[in-house]
Amino acid sequence: MSQSPILEMRNISKTFGAVRALKDVSLTVLPGELHALMGENGAGKSTLMKILSGAYIADPGGTVIIEGKSREEAAGSVAVIYQELSLAPNLTVAQNMFLGREIASRGVLNRRAALERAQPILDRLGVHFSAQTMVSDLSLGERQMVEIARALTTDARLIVMDEPTTSLSARETERLFEVIARLKSHGIAIIYISHRMEEVYALADRCSVLRDGVYIGTLDRSDLSAQRLVSMMVGRDLDSFYKKEHLASPDHSGTPLFSVRDMSDGGLVKGCSFDLFRGEVLGIAGLVGSGRTELARLIYGADARISGTVAIDGQPVDTSSPRAALASGIAYLTEDRKKLGLFLDMSILENVNIGVIEKDAKSGGRLDFRAAARRANDAIKSLAVKAPHARMPVGGLSGGNQQKVLIARLLETGPKVVILDEPTRGVDVGAKSEIYKLIDGLARKGVGVIMISSELPEIIGVSDRVLVMREGHIAGQVPAQPGEAISQEAIMELSTGSVSEPAPAQEGAMQ
Amino acid sequence: MTDTNTAPTSAAAKQRLRSMMSVVGMLPVLILLAIVFEMMSGRFMSVNNISNVMQQASINIVLASGMTFVILTGGIDLSVGSILATSAMVAVIVSLLPGIGWLGVPAAMGVGLACGLANGILISALRLPPFIVTLGSLTAVRGIARLLGNDTTVFNADLPFDVIGNGSLFGIPWLAIIAVAVVLLSWFILKRTVLGTWIYATGGNPEAARLTGIKVPLVLLFVYGVSGLFAGLGGAMAAARLYAANGLQLGQAYELDAIAAVILGGTSFVGGVGSIWGTLIGALIIAVLSNGLILIGVSDIWQYIVKGLVIIAAVALDRYRQTGART
Repeated sequence: MSQSPILEMRNISKTFGAVRALKDVSLTVLPGELHALMGENGAGKSTLMKILSGAYIADPGGTVIIEGKSREEAAGSVAVIYQELSLAPNLTVAQNMFLGREIASRGVLNRRAALERAQPILDRLGVHFSAQTMVSDLSLGERQMVEIARALTTDARLIVMDEPTTSLSARETERLFEVIARLKSHGIAIIYISHRMEEVYALADRCSVLRDGVYIGTLDRSDLSAQRLVSMMVGRDLDSFYKKEHLASPDHSGTPLFSVRDMSDGGLVKGCSFDLFRGEVLGIAGLVGSGRTELARLIYGADARISGTVAIDGQPVDTSSPRAALASGIAYLTEDRKKLGLFLDMSILENVNIGVIEKDAKSGGRLDFRAAARRANDAIKSLAVKAPHARMPVGGLSGGNQQKVLIARLLETGPKVVILDEPTRGVDVGAKSEIYKLIDGLARKGVGVIMISSELPEIIGVSDRVLVMREGHIAGQVPAQPGEAISQEAIMELSTGSVSEPAPAQEGAMQ
Repeated sequence: MTDTNTAPTSAAAKQRLRSMMSVVGMLPVLILLAIVFEMMSGRFMSVNNISNVMQQASINIVLASGMTFVILTGGIDLSVGSILATSAMVAVIVSLLPGIGWLGVPAAMGVGLACGLANGILISALRLPPFIVTLGSLTAVRGIARLLGNDTTVFNADLPFDVIGNGSLFGIPWLAIIAVAVVLLSWFILKRTVLGTWIYATGGNPEAARLTGIKVPLVLLFVYGVSGLFAGLGGAMAAARLYAANGLQLGQAYELDAIAAVILGGTSFVGGVGSIWGTLIGALIIAVLSNGLILIGVSDIWQYIVKGLVIIAAVALDRYRQTGART
């Protein structure tokens, strides 16, 4: 600790009305270190970072010192890269990098100077696109690089990254990690917010944990362990994080509960076939962009398909539209709950009931308020949704509780098969374990569960069997033989294509 | 920070005030306007004048009710003024048929519904943007209105359903009764039926609505159909009041007053948020402004300017009121 810290936040508190979001939080970041910041959703990480960036003003009494200066004086030396990227896709990389601080004389842009300053920064990051590329032509991962490049134009000494890998593929994540290493070697410090343990293990020099707005502690790299981190974050030990109490190997003889044959969309998804058995949790793994979500949406009828059939209990069913799929007993949980799932301005009650109000309705299409209130209250209780009352708008809930509301909506339709697309994305540890319990409970009731996930520990911990997708087809199944253990290596080999795959027709031929 | 002890309670009180304000919405503005006009003219609050205001507001209330359905889905209907003119023409022309003249009212509503459904089919089946579709029908339907009467004014001094426009029940004008009935019907559909919930859901998040199994095209067809139907009813009301209809002049810029009423009422332009009661208050504010400005002798030109500014100011106030309501 001989170095002088690049950032010192001391005794930071922040209250919103009667709610205390942060209480006496202190954080010290050293030059060139990657400091992970962890905590459940709502623990105060974002609030702390907003105080650092100046978006919020802390309550009096706290101090923020950046490189020995006050926050106001050191404005340029902190850059925050938010979860939602803030680039203008219709402009070039260079234009975006200098957005708001355009290089110009008397209001006339100096494009050459901008390019001359932008290109070396991009070269330093080792990216493969030029400063003149349109941002709309870049992938999500590349856009993230532009955000980082933008931070470097202000000579930022401290970069905050809020869940930077959420929408990145494995390859892009790897690139990001390389760039992070380079930044560190230039003495730039990084505050890294993530829910993914393995990233924190891979990257962090130190890791601080917040819980309920209170600073819990900081672990050095050598002290990092899952148990310690999780218990610091939730304040208790998680006895069994992943829950698998349902019959581990369900009966695979007889007619499968759910069969998908030759599902294709003429683009990414190519001829996918698989079976799902009663009470089985089937994981679908694969890299981002391997077609997992696209396959799920095809099965559910959310997108148009060029071929493919779906059968339940051996009987073909109509899944040409989401409405038809729901009527056949198939429910789909979208990976993007805010954009594609929830009605944020509507209440919990309405969100839970929206799929069944038609069924519950009295004559003339009148709403049955009593049934709706009963369903909503039961769901809040059984899924442990933390909300003061069912009339509260869903937009005001935390990510985990929003997800529970969305899951409740699916379950109200009484599905035989549920397809869960990244059910724990952006969800805190406590809600995660509750969602795992719920999946286990569904399987025990005989519901067929398909779970798409990018987190390998999760997919291994929860699934009975894992299908691995690569480039739009099902590359294989883990375990290859029933009874064997599911290994992370086997999944990775199949998803990256480093192993020759077994003939995909086997599944169907077994019938 | 001098009163840290009272801060939480005053914050709670502020929260309460805010939630109350979002329920009553623009009602204080309406009451304030009424008080100001009463003080300045001394005759605004007379029974006679209130009845006048209600009559003047009624057609806009009916149009704005239909517009509320449309804007709640995140759409817009620019064609209601033209549909009103066409329906009024049909109402008068049918009323001239011997023996079955009273059929003018259902005929007008039928024509309005047909126009609205045409809009709805283009928007829901062909997925064309509502602004463009209804901008087109604003012009095309206006043409049809002129065509119907060979571009002349049609009269019927002996209108069989003139009681709608000029009669009253227990002293309350029929126009006002119809307007209130339309508001109540709209409230019932929006808040008490499955379809109403679907309308809010479609406006709040159309893609989520589709994935939830809501028949989004049906919802869109319905809201534009309702908007057309109410515009048709408005046409019958206008014809009944005037004993005449003119395809060129009638209903010009009515769509703008209807949209203004909906927005004044706090309905979100992007859809999903709003209520019919807000629309009622919005339409009354516009009517009170017109009436009050005449009472205190403001010239026609200045009425336009004041009305426009009040609408902007009221919406600005509303925006200010809602900041911080949702974090």
